[in-house]
Amino acid sequence: MTIKPVLLWSDALILLLLATVAVLVWLARKNDTFRAPWRQIMRSRMGAVTALILSVYVGIGLLDSLHYVERLPGEPGQAAQYSGEVLSALDALLTPLRVKVEKTYSAPLATHLYAKETITGPDGVEYRDFPPLKYPGTHLFGTDKVGQDVLYLSLKSIRTGLLIGSLTTLIMLPFALTLGIAAGYFGGRIDDAIQYLYTTLNSIPGVLLIAAAVLVVQVQIETHADLFETAAARSDVRLLALCAILGVTGWTGLARLLRAEALKLRELEFVQAARAFGVTDARILLRHLLPNVMHLVLITVVIDFSGLVLAEAVLSYVGVGVDPGMISFGNMINGARLELAREPVVWWQLAAAFVFMFVLVLAANLFADQVRDALDPKSRGRA
Amino acid sequence: MSKLVVANLRVEIQAGARLLKPVDGVSFEIGTNECVALLGESGCGKSLTALALMRLLPDGGRVAAGSVHLADENLFAFTEAQMGEVRGGRLAMIFQEPQSSLNPVMTVAEQIDEALAAHRGLSGLAAAEEAVRLLEAVGLGREKLDAYPFQLSGGQRQRALIAMMLAGDPEVLIADEPTTALDVTVQAKILKLLKELRQQRGMGLLLITHDLDVVSDMADRVAVMYAGQIVEWASRAALYSTPLHPYTQKLFAVLPRLDRRGERLDSLPGRVPGPDSVFIGCRFADRCPAVFERCRVETPAFHEATAGHWSRCHLAEADQTLSSTVRNAHRITQIGADGAPYAVSLSPVLEVRDLAVHFPIRKGLLKRTVGHVKAVDGVSFQVAAGETLALVGESGCGKTTLARAILRLIEPTAGQVSLLGEPLANLRGEALRRKRAEMQIVFQDPFSSLNPRMKVGEILAEGMAALSLLPVSARPARILDLLNQVGLPEDAVGRYPHEFSGGQRQRIAIARALAVEPKLLILDEPTSALDVSVQAQILNLLADLQKKHGLAYLFITHNLSVVSYLAHRVAVMRGGKIVESGMAETLLTRPQTPYTQLLLDSAPGKKALLPVE
Repeated sequence: MTIKPVLLWSDALILLLLATVAVLVWLARKNDTFRAPWRQIMRSRMGAVTALILSVYVGIGLLDSLHYVERLPGEPGQAAQYSGEVLSALDALLTPLRVKVEKTYSAPLATHLYAKETITGPDGVEYRDFPPLKYPGTHLFGTDKVGQDVLYLSLKSIRTGLLIGSLTTLIMLPFALTLGIAAGYFGGRIDDAIQYLYTTLNSIPGVLLIAAAVLVVQVQIETHADLFETAAARSDVRLLALCAILGVTGWTGLARLLRAEALKLRELEFVQAARAFGVTDARILLRHLLPNVMHLVLITVVIDFSGLVLAEAVLSYVGVGVDPGMISFGNMINGARLELAREPVVWWQLAAAFVFMFVLVLAANLFADQVRDALDPKSRGRA
Repeated sequence: MSKLVVANLRVEIQAGARLLKPVDGVSFEIGTNECVALLGESGCGKSLTALALMRLLPDGGRVAAGSVHLADENLFAFTEAQMGEVRGGRLAMIFQEPQSSLNPVMTVAEQIDEALAAHRGLSGLAAAEEAVRLLEAVGLGREKLDAYPFQLSGGQRQRALIAMMLAGDPEVLIADEPTTALDVTVQAKILKLLKELRQQRGMGLLLITHDLDVVSDMADRVAVMYAGQIVEWASRAALYSTPLHPYTQKLFAVLPRLDRRGERLDSLPGRVPGPDSVFIGCRFADRCPAVFERCRVETPAFHEATAGHWSRCHLAEADQTLSSTVRNAHRITQIGADGAPYAVSLSPVLEVRDLAVHFPIRKGLLKRTVGHVKAVDGVSFQVAAGETLALVGESGCGKTTLARAILRLIEPTAGQVSLLGEPLANLRGEALRRKRAEMQIVFQDPFSSLNPRMKVGEILAEGMAALSLLPVSARPARILDLLNQVGLPEDAVGRYPHEFSGGQRQRIAIARALAVEPKLLILDEPTSALDVSVQAQILNLLADLQKKHGLAYLFITHNLSVVSYLAHRVAVMRGGKIVESGMAETLLTRPQTPYTQLLLDSAPGKKALLPVE
């Protein structure tokens, strides 16, 4: 079977990010001050375990970012026709899970469907009973409303979660770092201007702002439908737009924190001493302020990352999150929400989303703790 | 009769896997109407001793052995509820930082009432009357009852705190560095108040301090602490006339004083051993000038050399007078020609004329300027090469603002600063940056003056890089040379500041300033955060560097004994103005203005200024 690779915008960004990290690591590989803290992290049990969990998540996310379309079987000599369904390397690996589709809900590792149906017996008599599954005992987390395997959905959701978390953080960080530290260090009119900016942003309800922006983007996508070859490309652009909006509105908290810290630091004597040397402002910001606020940045970024993974669920619930057709934790929870009222309750969709998000967020938090300890010269070597 | 008897007190702290012993067998007693001083440098265990008496040890800390009897009742046998009544009642404690000892959202009256209700069962009108009486006893007016702590000055806060502690009518008052955070004039008043209160009420006073001068003003008996033990216990008169323990003798020898001008201060090498050290023999042996073989193997007992005068030293055992041996062995070496007048060059390094720094007070939405705070208000002086000008004044007099204005860290409002004859005011950009190499500053707090995220090598290289004075290849050699000059090991280059002690960090700060070869060094209270023995090392270093490089020093301080030791000329600042200036010997012995006279009179330990011998 022939395939054609498809590069979605988010794939391109992920590859770019990966390449940047790879180049940085390559450049710094000989630098011992850079390697020592990482070696310390990897040597601690907690650091190694959380790093392993995170790399499994990232690995799944990366596999899921290698997209392609399959060539449809056609007459020889005809121009190649491709399927409208964009698949990823992860889909290919998970084909057994992906294609084992039931009719509707089934509990984890069940042998029969969750709902009774009218079945025509071999003798032609109709009766109501739980029909047997096509693939009994193979769905670890059960199946959803349309019979898709929940484990498959959970694994596919990882990319969406990671993307929203990391991309939004990357968009947010430059704003928060430059504006926050500059406001605190320079003070005066610069501080006033930046404070006005974030106070204004903060005074508009976040959900309203995001909803408005998402709706605008959605209208744009619909009026230019011809620009998008596939449904995947469309939902991808919507996801990126969501990240951008969350990033542009989400920097205020960290900026305010950094402003306060910079206000404190600029009065400290090592900053005064640097100014007495005539060290330029840019260098003071970079050498003296930035390293001394990095612990705050790291903690806030990880909390924000976790918050964003969770916020996606809330936004999807309100209807302004990712495209409803896109597999994400938010959409999984949203789908499970209505079924919680059923008797007996349909819990496995929620449980799967919960377990996957919980492990990701917990691992990220614990890993960040290790990184912070390792980068802090005072606590280095204490472990 | 003794009110408070502490016998063989041991405190242990479990810190992870390590067992620390910060207090290791401390015994002393306080009689009725007696002041006992617990004297020692930071880290010797004196504050933990006080907390153990109050049974307020931090988490993980416990009393491992010993007893504390307050009027023959064993405090350690009390239940926690009984102890609650003793605390703040019969045994009260005041702390160093009056700012954080008072609750900022309660008025003085509310805080005193709380103590009165708890320990005397008073409430309503009776409590109000008693509160007024207490406030008047500590010298505060009745109108201060409804004041919040932020409305009071530092000295008034300390008075309010003392009033609170008197509410329970204590038999013994513990004062942990009660005046360290205060100005000298305020300190003198608080110490006088404590003395009067002790006499009026017949209470015992346990004064915890590091200041020998305060002790000489206040104490009846003195316990000198070192590394968790009391090394000397004597009446004040005996201790100040014939100190027996080498550590005590060293403490006296390192004090900067007027009569030691031009001499090299005796110094105490090394530092107080940590509470996790394992000792074989004498704890002071590693730093002791009189050490001999026996000190290394045998722990000295606490000998009573003369009646009531105890010393934990082998030399106190027999009837030996160690004092002269030690002092002679470590006879102060002279710097240069004794008392030679320093050479005043004709062209001053720094010339300040009518300098003023006014901060606008802005109010309202549009931030209109409604007035000015005149932090520095028309100050003029000169400093020549090789000369030290001391700028003396109490907190808030504008001396630090002045230093920052000279360095152009703050823009002056008016006046002129000239460095080597060139006015700084018109310099911009590159010209100003080059000029910065000629003046540098050393700050007070060695902990906040070094970036914790930079290695020492990077810190020292920063100035050279910013001013591009040396080619990059020559910098490592220069950094090692600087470390040598300030007496730090060469491997310091790759280490972070937190690995160094306070004194070592101050050396790094001095090396950083010297890196750009300045002509003028502004020293902003460079020794006030350090212990006296470390202070002596730093003062010696500063004197050496001045001699070697012909540096001009602008020495900002509130410590008159340092001034009298180090300064050639003195300028006294008050309210942003210089009220008096002149040669150090003249000004300190025959002050012309009442304010200078007041400063000199307030300095503690006038008696101690007399030579010890």
